[in-house]
Amino acid sequence: MTTLTKAELADLLFEKVGLNKREAKELVDDFFEEIRSALASGDSVKLSGFGNFQLRTKSQRPGRNPKTGEEIPISARRVVTFHASQKLKAQVEQHSGELLES
Amino acid sequence: MTKSELVRLLTARYPQLVARDMEMAVKTVLDAMSQSLVSGARIEIRGFGSFGLNHRPPRMGRNPKTGEKVQVPEKFVPHFKAGKELRDRVNLLPGDGQESGL
Repeated sequence: MTTLTKAELADLLFEKVGLNKREAKELVDDFFEEIRSALASGDSVKLSGFGNFQLRTKSQRPGRNPKTGEEIPISARRVVTFHASQKLKAQVEQHSGELLES
Repeated sequence: MTKSELVRLLTARYPQLVARDMEMAVKTVLDAMSQSLVSGARIEIRGFGSFGLNHRPPRMGRNPKTGEKVQVPEKFVPHFKAGKELRDRVNLLPGDGQESGL
């Protein structure tokens, strides 16, 4: 199965929006950088039709080194979660049958 | 941050593009990402994260209104895993914690 990467996204911007190759590549980088920096500054990101990126704060919890069995605390941290939009979930669900066959 | 704010931030970075072109660019990227998942292809953006599909096995559900049992068929749901740079920048305590590599 193929994988979508920044290179393919830049090609699409070149073909469909008429940016030159350098602009297209930069814009793809900037697109993800704007989302990253919004999240880094504590802002959630809502992309209607696609999904929401939200932040969750987790308090310290006990963990274990799986190799040695030694107990080590997992420090408090902030993590990103993604929730696909109803639209995207419905589209993926609709095509699940075809994906299961392949 | 919403999609229109993202468009506005990006337009400010590209004075050579009008807002309508930037709207088109953002739509093109998001549509390609949705389409990729719908077709079963993963998305991998270095430093940001990866999107894929998780399988949900069939289960017995219940119609909450009637209480009637219904078979919910197996399906796929979209899934996101944050990449290292995004994880580190979002975390309150960057570079801390043994689990940051997971």
